[in-house]
Amino acid sequence: MMTGMRLRHASPSKKAFILVMQLVMALYVFLIVYPLFNMVMSSFKPTRAIMQTPFSLPQAFDFSNYATIWVDKGFGRYFLNSLLFTAGAMVFVVLFGSMAAFGIARYTFKGSNLLYMLFLSGIMLPLKAAVIPLFQIVRSLGLMDSPFSVIFIFIAMGLPSTVFILAGFMRTIPLALEQAARIDGCSDLRIYSQIIMPVAAPSVALVVIYNAVPIWNDFFFPLVFIQSDKLKTLPVGLSSFIGQHNTKWDLLFTGLSIAIVPMLILYLFMSKYFIKGMTAGAVK
Amino acid sequence: MAKGWKKAGWITFFVLPGALIVFVFILLPLFMSLFNSFFQWNQLIRGEFAGLENFKRLFTGYPYQQRFMNALGNNLKWFAMTMLIQNALGILLGYALSRGIAGSGFYRRVFFIPVLFSIIAVGFLWGLYLRPNGMVNSLLGALGREEWKRAWLGDGSIATYTIIIVNIWRWVGFPTLVFMTAIDNVPQECTEAAYLDGVNEWQMFSKITLPLIVPSITIITVLTIIGSLNVFEQVYTMAGLDGPPNYATDTIGTLFYRTAFGSVDSGAPEIGIGSAIAVVIYLLTFFVSLGSITFTSSKEVEL
Repeated sequence: MMTGMRLRHASPSKKAFILVMQLVMALYVFLIVYPLFNMVMSSFKPTRAIMQTPFSLPQAFDFSNYATIWVDKGFGRYFLNSLLFTAGAMVFVVLFGSMAAFGIARYTFKGSNLLYMLFLSGIMLPLKAAVIPLFQIVRSLGLMDSPFSVIFIFIAMGLPSTVFILAGFMRTIPLALEQAARIDGCSDLRIYSQIIMPVAAPSVALVVIYNAVPIWNDFFFPLVFIQSDKLKTLPVGLSSFIGQHNTKWDLLFTGLSIAIVPMLILYLFMSKYFIKGMTAGAVK
Repeated sequence: MAKGWKKAGWITFFVLPGALIVFVFILLPLFMSLFNSFFQWNQLIRGEFAGLENFKRLFTGYPYQQRFMNALGNNLKWFAMTMLIQNALGILLGYALSRGIAGSGFYRRVFFIPVLFSIIAVGFLWGLYLRPNGMVNSLLGALGREEWKRAWLGDGSIATYTIIIVNIWRWVGFPTLVFMTAIDNVPQECTEAAYLDGVNEWQMFSKITLPLIVPSITIITVLTIIGSLNVFEQVYTMAGLDGPPNYATDTIGTLFYRTAFGSVDSGAPEIGIGSAIAVVIYLLTFFVSLGSITFTSSKEVEL
């Protein structure tokens, strides 16, 4: 690009801007990487060392904290629950969300705009403020202390942004693609699953990251609706450390390190599509 | 006719499952909150119709009036600080990244990582770093800036700002990426024509780029309004449910939680007033968002 952010040939004020921005960005990278590094290093240290020498490296890579929290504290179970809750919710967020987006974006019918607004209103209506009626609804459906209460709420949490992003993208796919398939005798279901969805893949990746992260990390709804220890999720297990007077910081940091790994892996795998998906659909 | 029915059948098939879930778990609770707010409640049992009594108690009765106004003031701080620091920084960073500043490919991947941290991790990590004898103060001491040391979360005059800054640390990557992609989408003809006319970088930014990315500014502003009115976890994990010290960090979200689940004041759950607070959150979110959409879209330009 002819007018890029290059130092050469830049005016003095532009040079200053570039240098300041580089400084800010380098500082921010440090402020991101250091706490991550510090969190993982602390998981190998005893609590006393974490408090007294927070900057120091562990003396040895001792995995006993991991064994303790995974087995004795039940975090293995919590991890599995988190994985099942998140995967279960995400399957339906993507399935129902893309179906609804397809129905709204690829058909013309009376009330389609109203339907679209119904989904979008979910972005504006904060679910946490609805916790009292949600409590009443979950109780009358007989879903208290059932994983389905939380999974349904997570699906509802993810659908509005999913429909917004995917419908926005699906509207840009040329109609000719669909018409050709229809002449070949393709059913509507096959047009959705074999024509439109493969084209929408980068936007689906965006939807997955955008929703899986808050669902994986959410502790509010599992805290309210799940009582049995065997159904608790990782964030709920971690939230039990809040407000303790003798926080076992070594175990806490171990739990926090375990909790971020799946999201880091997901993000590293999908970050390329994530940024591509943002360009394609989210900001129009 | 048969074809019309077939089409209606397909539309229903595709839209119904999602619409049903959104209706039951998002829209129905909205109407139920409104309904609940008009009744007296004895713990979880609905009593008599009370008209606007719950709203009257919320806005005029002790201690709700004081708590509510105090919390609303803090939510306003959240909004102002997030707009002024996070979103302004987001535009600058997004601009630099989009214009291909050295290292932009690396930066744009790293900047989103803090969002992957759970709020609990953020609360504990920064809570530990910001203790009176924590890393931040030790660092200031090591730099010879003893006089800058603070009880970052214990001093009521700065605790809210501390939590807001930590939240900005977590979220600034999001507006950055949104603005970056918006600026990427500004047609190259516009920037190149401007360059040939001899504009400098500041004119390019303020006269060409900024007016063309107004739609994304609208989106970010609305998301900031929604986020600021719904602050809860950040305060809960870094300060506590009661918004310590002495309600200095209290927000409508934490006040709502305490009211609905009964951890303060009267000690019992106050479903009526809790529902009234929920309705106020809904109305504020809706009307403030609407106002900002009207305001920013009047600044929009068409190519």
